[in-house]
Amino acid sequence: MIKIENLHKSYKMGSNSLHVLKGINFSVEEGELVAIMGSSGSGKSTLLNILGMLDGLDEGSYVLDGVPIKDLNETKAANYRNKFLGFIFQSFNLINYKNAMENVALPLYYQKVGRKERQEKALKYLEQVGLKEWATHLPSELSGGQKQRVAIARAMAAEPKVLLADEPTGALDSKTSYEVMDLIQKINDEGNTILVVTHEPDIADMCKRIVHLKDGVIVEDKKVKQVRASEHV
Amino acid sequence: MFSKDRWKEILEVLSSNMLRTIATAFGVGWGIFILIILLAAGKGLENGIRQDFNGVATNTMFMWTETTSMAYQGLPEGRNFNFKLEDVDLLRRNVPELRIISPRNSLRQSVGDNVIRGMESGQYRVFGDYPEIIQQNPIYTAHGRFFNHNDIKEKRKVVVIGDGIRQDLYEEDEEVLGTYLKISGVNFMVVGTYKEKTSNGGGENSQREIFMPFTTFSQAFNRSDNVGWMALTAKDGSSISELTSTILNTVKQSRKVHPDDERAIGFFDLYEQFNRVESLFGALQFIAYFVGILVLLSGIIGVSNIMLIVIKERTKEIGIRRALGENPWSIKLQILMESIFLTIISGMTGIVFGALFIYAVNALLASVGPVDMFINPSVSLGVVLSALIILVVSGLLAGFIPANKAIKVRPIEALRTE
Repeated sequence: MIKIENLHKSYKMGSNSLHVLKGINFSVEEGELVAIMGSSGSGKSTLLNILGMLDGLDEGSYVLDGVPIKDLNETKAANYRNKFLGFIFQSFNLINYKNAMENVALPLYYQKVGRKERQEKALKYLEQVGLKEWATHLPSELSGGQKQRVAIARAMAAEPKVLLADEPTGALDSKTSYEVMDLIQKINDEGNTILVVTHEPDIADMCKRIVHLKDGVIVEDKKVKQVRASEHV
Repeated sequence: MFSKDRWKEILEVLSSNMLRTIATAFGVGWGIFILIILLAAGKGLENGIRQDFNGVATNTMFMWTETTSMAYQGLPEGRNFNFKLEDVDLLRRNVPELRIISPRNSLRQSVGDNVIRGMESGQYRVFGDYPEIIQQNPIYTAHGRFFNHNDIKEKRKVVVIGDGIRQDLYEEDEEVLGTYLKISGVNFMVVGTYKEKTSNGGGENSQREIFMPFTTFSQAFNRSDNVGWMALTAKDGSSISELTSTILNTVKQSRKVHPDDERAIGFFDLYEQFNRVESLFGALQFIAYFVGILVLLSGIIGVSNIMLIVIKERTKEIGIRRALGENPWSIKLQILMESIFLTIISGMTGIVFGALFIYAVNALLASVGPVDMFINPSVSLGVVLSALIILVVSGLLAGFIPANKAIKVRPIEALRTE
């Protein structure tokens, strides 16, 4: 599903150049639930941004579902993001003047799906995350966990190839975190490929595979026995 | 592109900070308002001045004799002279482009009253004219008739008097026609009264003039074949201004005036004057557009500013939307449409208020009566349409920079903004 070879990325900081990713080789199969771990500054967010086509790569190759991702202009990148990827952010990033359903329907709107079909799909995904009756509420009327579940529904709405979650539980207490992880595990059970960036070991243990990043290189890549989040709830 | 969702979003964004939106809209509305008012005021002035020219054959010049300033063919300088009736025929023959030539004599302004009727008397200007003069002079016969060529031929002692004179010398309900006036000792029968076609511009004085047949005048006041003044109108298609030098040279030659003598014959080119006024209208309109558009420009800059702030506030939102896969062009279009929508709505409000204002001014003018040189200020549909086009273009301009800025920010940076 994802295949990265010899990925390099550096940032210019004034006259200095900061080499963040120093040759990453990494691939993900369909249906995997991968945790990317590392301390801050290890390059895990940069890796996720490149995977999410929010950032470009300096060197190496990136193939997503058989499509080489290179020479993207913004229009093309937006199109690919819409088709291939679903994002889940630490700070939820819901659009605050749109209600839950409209937020979920946004990626479909960008796919030019008709209004009616959009609403039906949005409601379906809201139901999946258990928030159907909150469909007409604005984000400001939802709790943190509810917001993240709306964000997950939104990420899924476009039926992407890969879900990218950047510290999805970073802003939540542990009980809510486990609820969110439970949801993510269930989505993964249905066969969706999910990448989770986290620095919390207990969250990482709930994935099927853990990739450790340190100073821009992968120091450890192991399959783990998945801890079901539902056991903690 | 014009989907319901897009409009919903535009309304949501603009109504989320209503006060700011209204304040911004005011700038544009005010600009259009000023533009409309200025154009309407210019039009009102134009209408007023045009009314003054109403009924006047504008392709006309007037000329009269003065004193020679150069000696010529044995005649001294400082000589007084008159046109002769033969000059009129000469001009008809030599300058075929002329349509009407009206010779005129007038009584010199006397010291005391020159017109007597019974116990009443007054001092008025008296002209001997040909009937064609009413085509060159904006008067119309209000009562009775103007004199005609039979009066000229038979030298009838008839006069047409201004309505002002009727008010001076007659009772309000008295019959004027058939009465006699003694003008400089000679009795004349009144056959008509006239009124000015224009309501303004020295109307009081010019309604106190007396017209009589040219031939009658010459005989009664002993002018033989002298002519004091002429009004010459060119045919349609010829410009009197271009004929002026031919006309002057013709009469200079026949009156034995030095060809280079600039002061012997005075003249006034109405057409040139009219053209000058015409170009004044053009200039007025230019100024109205110039000032109006400058005022509008400050409103547009206001819109552009607000859009920039809106973009700044929505940087993160734009980042999210792009992460979700919205096409950058769609974002650009959204911002441009917000900007155009804002300018058009506020501009339309300005147009409506401008129209109401003009309506109120017209109502006021109608209630207080005519004002000198200002009639019916109005704007045409064309002006409103061009104002709308200006609005759409300015909305585009106002949105252009913010829209470009919005898609310049890379989504990853936009997402980092808190």
